[in-house]
Amino acid sequence: MAEMWINMGPQHPMTHGLWNLRIKVDGETIVDAEPEVGYLHRGIEKICENRTYTQILPIADRLCYGAALSWNHLYCRTIEDLMGLEVPERGQYLRVAALEMQRIASHLMWLAAYAADLGMMIGFIYAMRDREIFIDLLQAMSGSRLTYNYCRIGGVAHDAPPDFERDSLRACDYIEKKIEEYYDLYEGSKVFMMRNVGIGKLSKEDAMNLGVTGPPLRASGVRYDLRKDVPYESYDAIDFQPITHPDGDCYARYRVRMEEMLESCKIIRQAVTKMPKGKWRIVAPRNGPVGTGLGRVEDPRGEGMMYAVGDGTDRPYRLKIRSPIFVTVSAAKHMLVGYKVADVVAIMGGLDMCIGETDR
Amino acid sequence: MNLYDFCYGIIHWLVDLINHIWYWLAGLPGVFGDFFRSIGDLAASHGNISFFAIVLEAVIMLVIILINVLNFIWIDRKFMGRMFDFYGPYYVGYRIGGWLQNLADGMKLFVKEIIVPAKADRFGYLVAPVIFVGSSIAILATIPLSDKFGIFTSPTDTGVPAGVLFAFAMFAVAPFSILVAGWASNNKYTLIGGMRSAAQMMSYEIPLLLCVASVVVLAGGFSFEAVVTAQEKIWFAIPLVIGFVTFIVCMFAEVEVQPFDLPEAEAELVEGWTTEYPGMRFGLFMMTSYLRGYCAGALITALFLGGWLGPSFIPGPIWFLIKAYIVFVIVEWARWSLPRVRIDQLLNIGWKRLMPLAIVNLIIAVALKSMGWF
Repeated sequence: MAEMWINMGPQHPMTHGLWNLRIKVDGETIVDAEPEVGYLHRGIEKICENRTYTQILPIADRLCYGAALSWNHLYCRTIEDLMGLEVPERGQYLRVAALEMQRIASHLMWLAAYAADLGMMIGFIYAMRDREIFIDLLQAMSGSRLTYNYCRIGGVAHDAPPDFERDSLRACDYIEKKIEEYYDLYEGSKVFMMRNVGIGKLSKEDAMNLGVTGPPLRASGVRYDLRKDVPYESYDAIDFQPITHPDGDCYARYRVRMEEMLESCKIIRQAVTKMPKGKWRIVAPRNGPVGTGLGRVEDPRGEGMMYAVGDGTDRPYRLKIRSPIFVTVSAAKHMLVGYKVADVVAIMGGLDMCIGETDR
Repeated sequence: MNLYDFCYGIIHWLVDLINHIWYWLAGLPGVFGDFFRSIGDLAASHGNISFFAIVLEAVIMLVIILINVLNFIWIDRKFMGRMFDFYGPYYVGYRIGGWLQNLADGMKLFVKEIIVPAKADRFGYLVAPVIFVGSSIAILATIPLSDKFGIFTSPTDTGVPAGVLFAFAMFAVAPFSILVAGWASNNKYTLIGGMRSAAQMMSYEIPLLLCVASVVVLAGGFSFEAVVTAQEKIWFAIPLVIGFVTFIVCMFAEVEVQPFDLPEAEAELVEGWTTEYPGMRFGLFMMTSYLRGYCAGALITALFLGGWLGPSFIPGPIWFLIKAYIVFVIVEWARWSLPRVRIDQLLNIGWKRLMPLAIVNLIIAVALKSMGWF
């Protein structure tokens, strides 16, 4: 059979958003692959140059529908770095709790999409159902369900709602029980293991050279987690371990994310119990100084970075966003070549694509 | 009395009614009278009444099956809903559990525009659904609901002599039409879907037919009546348990449900080989896939689960349908809770696992038969 190029996207069930993966197949075997992103470019970096620092907050939320809070927080950290603000301790703990809830919600949405990609409809519904618990918690904290707009420059918008500690601990207990159930449902299925073990190998060297970050990097055996290596907020006061897995295949990526959810539960538990009383926000000045600010956080998808240049007015002169998936997707060719067409969904699904932040 | 007798009676009564007109016109003088008399005689002849009786039988069976198919779609959705933590169809016909949702969906598909892609091969594109739907409905021709309720040709008929062979032959036509549909649509996804269907057929068809062969060896006949009658003492699912499991797995591949629905793997191939078919053509494909689900349930019931045999307080056809429904629900259960295998893995399963199991099963069947236990 002759070789042919197939466009998987921009409108395709595999893509989870608006991007195009061109693969060259020989029969069912992939011989070449070429990801194309840019279909969802909204010019957010340029928009930000014409907005005041406060007005950018909700725009930062729109960077990623899966983990809005994480990007909002990243923006706030960048501008705090620019302005030289120190967030009160209670605000830091509230941010940590909210970020880890967002991480679990994002990983559960990944799990749902991954199950649907592999054709396991029941996994889709169950994971989405359990995601609701964390969405509800975040809604109680911030007032909205998808784009939370919770962080503020210098703290968070609101104090914790009543009974927040009780609800969070209950949610952690619930999801820990459910993750055991997921292990039965996913790994208990021979077909799931057949589709994952040994598929989409990404070696440690390739992963590091290509700039892959986040769960795909840790699944290749590199212990790199900004929460541990460059601690921000109050992560240094919290006891947790970054999850790594040596194999570098789809199963390792799945495993890393599942265990990260358990680890996030540990962090939420510690954060809500250690949380001190006091102020949760300080008032930020209206105008930023002349200078630069840099923020780096561990997004659920990898390392997110923002770089802001202030010119003394109330607007940033330039805001640069480094998206983890934009870099990670360049590893697609290394992971895809040699596998079958049906493995595309497993491999690219394992990266947890989010096009909002990729194209910005 | 079997269904043939019943239909023969109805047709005979209708013919007698109409023949009053012909014989009244036979009173006309000369050659006209002879003409109408001969028409009346022809209409009242055994051959004519028998022909229309068989047509009526076929219509009755088809209507029953189509109602069952509607039921199956509804059960599938309801069962899926319960598994997935929601209600399933609810609002359309809420007094009967949302049963009318299927009709509403069918009507929606009916009024959609039918498009033929400009660069498609028009003949192949249009003829593929006809082959797919026609061959699938033809499977039902030889599957009776009981020894009294099927398509028979005489009051003492014992079924089509090679009914099992015919049913499986018709079952195997569908991958051909899928290949034609995929190729003629002139789309890369459909082409891969069609090729997958052909490759998939290679892997499951042989173990499937070996399992059927073991059943036929034990039953000593190729008709469904003979197969079911041979299970009066014990269902074949018990002595041939290996074959039973192998057969069910092959049936998953044959009707293309979830672990083996590679030709229309919606995650990577959009909608597989049906991608380019809009409107009611897609509706027909979907209805026919459920019809094939029914056929799978009916074949498993008839070959392994004792067909219409059961305690006599429930009539045979009802037993048959109950068993077919239970098999269908089990198929759906696996369908909604398993991921999809890959095409090379499916070939591995077919040739390296199912094939040896089917041969072992055939040897067991031959051994049981030669020991004289069946």
